Amino acid sequence: MMKQLIATIALLMSLQAFAVIETYEFKTEEQEQLYTDIINELRCPKCQNQTIAESNAGLSEDLRYIVYQQVSNGSTKREILAYMQERYGDFVLYDPPVKPSNYFLWFAPLAVFLVILIAVLLKVGRRRIKPEQTGTEEE
Amino acid sequence: MNKKLVLAVAPIVTFIILVIFFWFALEKDPKKLNSNLIDKPVPDFKLSALKNPERVYTSESLPNELFLLNVWGTWCGPCHIEHPYLMKFSQQYPVPIVGVNYKDQTKDALEFLEKKGNPYSMVIADVDGQLGIDLGVYGAPETFVVDSDGKVRFRYVGVIDDRVWNSKILPVIEQVQGYPLEQVQKDAAENDSEGMK
Repeated sequence: MMKQLIATIALLMSLQAFAVIETYEFKTEEQEQLYTDIINELRCPKCQNQTIAESNAGLSEDLRYIVYQQVSNGSTKREILAYMQERYGDFVLYDPPVKPSNYFLWFAPLAVFLVILIAVLLKVGRRRIKPEQTGTEEE
Repeated sequence: MNKKLVLAVAPIVTFIILVIFFWFALEKDPKKLNSNLIDKPVPDFKLSALKNPERVYTSESLPNELFLLNVWGTWCGPCHIEHPYLMKFSQQYPVPIVGVNYKDQTKDALEFLEKKGNPYSMVIADVDGQLGIDLGVYGAPETFVVDSDGKVRFRYVGVIDDRVWNSKILPVIEQVQGYPLEQVQKDAAENDSEGMK
């Protein structure tokens, strides 16, 4: 039973590894993993809402090739993301930096949540108090 | 009483805020990304001239005055639509247009300019597309307004027709230059206004 389970898991993992080597060959597995990480984190500027890994636009192909070249030359993830950001702006990063122009993006959901939370708390608080108050008024 | 007032006003305020948001969202085309090159120099390059592969262009070769940098390719449909406008603007206004022939077949590009006319003061052959990447190009045609110091001041993604020229490009040129742009061929302008009638 255990053996079968291990065999199944091993098989699944090997398939995943095969899927990654679709086009480019890397010297090490770390580089291959880095390449996959990066292309899944970059947004295609042409075909919005797709990563450059998913998109088959010409531009994504070019960008994937650049990522491949830079990974092969030993660039770090940070260097490659900086290279892309320098050219295409924060838009290409699916994980945009926290900075003033992006504060709205980062903190608006939190602000909305807080407003709703406060509103709900006030409402609930009032409901608890209200019967007593009306009670005293009637007296 | 006060509570009733709040309850009555809250939806209206929320509605107004949403309207303001949607209004700005309407104005803004999400497909148009801001260029990261604004107020930065044109990226360095070393590429050959489209017409003469032996002639090497670098950023030094670019005009020392305000110019437009237009990224195009014969494979790009909208570029064909834009071309007659560029022809017209290049004849009417004293602003050089530098072409970047982006990821194109040199032969096709030369044929295109031969047949339809050449609005460019020089054409850089960016065959492998590296300059395009460095410029952050994502959808040809793209046009950059570059000032006399070689700094990018504005980028427009899409076809420049009369409307875009008058509403977007011309104001930027005049603002960067600090004075209104005089038309070179007064005749052509007059013909245009007659055409309007």
